Amino acid sequence: MINFEKFTLKNGLKVIVHQDKSTPIVAFNMLYDVGARDEDKNKTGFAHLFEHLMFGGSINIPNFDEPLQKVGGDNNAFTSNDITNYYITVPKDNIETAFWLESDRMLSLAFTEKSLAVQRDVVIEEFKQNYLNQPYGDVWLLLRPLAYQKHPYQWPTIGKEIAHIENATMKDVKAFFYQHYLPNNAILAVAGDVETKHIQSLTEKWFGDIPAGKVPLRNLLKEPQQTEERRLKVERDVPANAIYKAYKMCSKTHQDFHATDLLSDILSLGKSSRLHSSLIKEQKLFSEINAYVMGSYDDGLLVISGNLSENIDFETAEKSIIQELEKVKSEMVSKTELTKVKNKIESTHEFSETSVLNKAMNLAFAELLGDANDVNLEGEKYQQVTPEDILRIANEILNETNCSTLIYAKSNNK
Amino acid sequence: MIALDRKKAPEFHQVNNIKFLKPKSISLKNDIPLHTLSGGTQKIVKIDFIFNAGLWYQNQPLIAHATNALIKEGSKNYTAYEIADGIDQYGAFLQSDVSFDQASVTLYTLNKHLKKVLPFFKEVICSPLFSEKEFNIYKNNALEKFKVNLEKVSFVARSSFMNAIFGENNPYGRSPQISDYENLSLKEIQQFHANFYNLSNCEIVISGNVTPAIITTIDDFFGQENLGKNNTSNPNNISQSTNNNKIWIEKKGALQSAIRIGRQLPNKLHEDYFGLQIFNTILGGYFGSRLMKNIREDKGFTYGIGSGITSLQNGGYFFISTEVGSDVTNQALTEIYKEIELLQKEEVSLDELNLVKNYLLGQILKSCDGPFNMASLFEGVHFYGLNYDFYNNYIQAIKEITPKTLLALGVKYFNKSDLTEVVVGKV
Repeated sequence: MINFEKFTLKNGLKVIVHQDKSTPIVAFNMLYDVGARDEDKNKTGFAHLFEHLMFGGSINIPNFDEPLQKVGGDNNAFTSNDITNYYITVPKDNIETAFWLESDRMLSLAFTEKSLAVQRDVVIEEFKQNYLNQPYGDVWLLLRPLAYQKHPYQWPTIGKEIAHIENATMKDVKAFFYQHYLPNNAILAVAGDVETKHIQSLTEKWFGDIPAGKVPLRNLLKEPQQTEERRLKVERDVPANAIYKAYKMCSKTHQDFHATDLLSDILSLGKSSRLHSSLIKEQKLFSEINAYVMGSYDDGLLVISGNLSENIDFETAEKSIIQELEKVKSEMVSKTELTKVKNKIESTHEFSETSVLNKAMNLAFAELLGDANDVNLEGEKYQQVTPEDILRIANEILNETNCSTLIYAKSNNK
Repeated sequence: MIALDRKKAPEFHQVNNIKFLKPKSISLKNDIPLHTLSGGTQKIVKIDFIFNAGLWYQNQPLIAHATNALIKEGSKNYTAYEIADGIDQYGAFLQSDVSFDQASVTLYTLNKHLKKVLPFFKEVICSPLFSEKEFNIYKNNALEKFKVNLEKVSFVARSSFMNAIFGENNPYGRSPQISDYENLSLKEIQQFHANFYNLSNCEIVISGNVTPAIITTIDDFFGQENLGKNNTSNPNNISQSTNNNKIWIEKKGALQSAIRIGRQLPNKLHEDYFGLQIFNTILGGYFGSRLMKNIREDKGFTYGIGSGITSLQNGGYFFISTEVGSDVTNQALTEIYKEIELLQKEEVSLDELNLVKNYLLGQILKSCDGPFNMASLFEGVHFYGLNYDFYNNYIQAIKEITPKTLLALGVKYFNKSDLTEVVVGKV
């Protein structure tokens, strides 16, 4: 149970405060409601590039990191297809430094040409390091456009291609900032040994005079229902054949999300899970196999990905996956098996609550999706899932006409 | 109301009151040492069984890792599936790990399920089977993973670097080859287990919400067991040091080069260790470091660059690690050496040093947060025969260190001629 208090400033900034007296560290998490899904399809990777620029100095403070390091703090950020999230941890006595720094970059950035030029290069290196210069690194560059034909989930947060990052201009940067980096488009969560009153006065002091703005209405193309099997085969210089199967599923806020998540856990969470014990241990068809849900805010994907064992052909491998899926579609899972994955959810949750930073993040995410208090109701929603729910959802989504399959073959010259 | 001066930083305090959670140490009935770090708000525990069974103790590559992985794959009374299912059923997590010096087997569980999970965990600790069938599955799948890793420039660079600085005959340095997987022998794994995984070669650390009842339970489960024969005599000879190597390995079509630069250094028992840690922080140990500022934030050559110092029971090493665009590899190398030389020639400014001091103190405070973090800190000193004084001395050293001392450390340890350089990429 995470207890918290919530208030909203006049300019629309929502603030959530959670008190945890057991730690000397305060977590300060600022979430902006903007992600890669909000990008223009010809200027992809921009939300993430922009995240880098948020560290390039703000209107009154030339460097973001140094003043924070000087008070013993640390910070980072990440961008997803849905959101951009900035987080700081700092010794509790020095919490005001976080307010000072974070409010100034919400007020306005320094917008220096140098910062843009360097961060373009840094992000291009990140693109190479994680997507191009790694075995299987380009999987999501291939799989997303296969699965999504209309919705902007068709590109990864890094962007569709390096050229989009190279072409980003200062004009784009400024436009993006003024549209999205507004107090009424943000949620602040503070967790640690703090008093709400104190946080309230610090928030008023540092964020109170930042004017609200007009947040553009999010009007994304809805991905049409998939009705046909989709396949793509590529050859790459990799040591093992791999297969990726992405089935369309509901969004994180849909009532079926928890059951779908548990369905993926039944398939692959832990070594006693179905795919692991059948396909790796018994049939020895895969050296590695996983199933997971993406947890995206719009309609998402349940992904099954595996590396084939040496000398196993794609047909045999894929058939074995489909066979396992047919089992979960035709036979009701036992209460014991369902309890197992529910117990895992419960303990994962308990362990995650040992960190104030996790708690602050989860409160902010939940608030964005509707209500911060949902963090305390999640567990119960998982517990309520029945074997009938699993059976119904398996039959709804685990169909080949709802699937995008990527065959990732090792090239023959290897 | 006075207008807000946004250019002026708020008041702050240097961290000076760091509380370390005290360990309680007892022995089980059969004398296995048990250490507990109790704290936190959740009713959960982490139970670490730590054996002197790390890389250091193996005569051939892969044995330590294979043993550590296979102890979970079936026992005298249960199949591999039954063990996995027994642990999964109660939402617990079983993790095993090998480091340079030690191997661990760890159970994470809710307190309320501990008694139900322990029978399975105990099988893993006390009576693993090492069947031929599980051995073959492990061998094949580990080889597949290894082949994928060989395609990563960072993996190849790391492995070649360790080999270069410690030498082929030192177990810290010998890197596995594909043939080692093919030659892996189940007999040797069983022998390694018999030698190094007996309970006389083990200590237990429990952290989290550790109640007296939990300690009693652990004693009931493990305190009756036969300890076995302690056979930790180290088969390995100490290092040969091979300095000033330059190793360039070609990876066709690579878009980036992985760079590792470094050398052997003394471990945490040495008087220079604290100073070296602080020196390393300035050079490449945090986001605002010299290397990050130059190579990422000024030149844009890389997504990230960092450096670190690792302390080992029988040695230690310093490394710089990055992946840079293929076309700027040489420029990046020049800049890296330039930054090292600068720290040998010019004293660091008091402004920069004070920032680093405050940053490090904040990091220490953070590393003490909660019982699980404290368990790591405890293990980090206990197995060197040290106690928390080590951290208090570190804090003192941070507060007292001067630019002069740092410069002297630079001159003593960071000459270019003593550094090994590994580059993997397009040559």
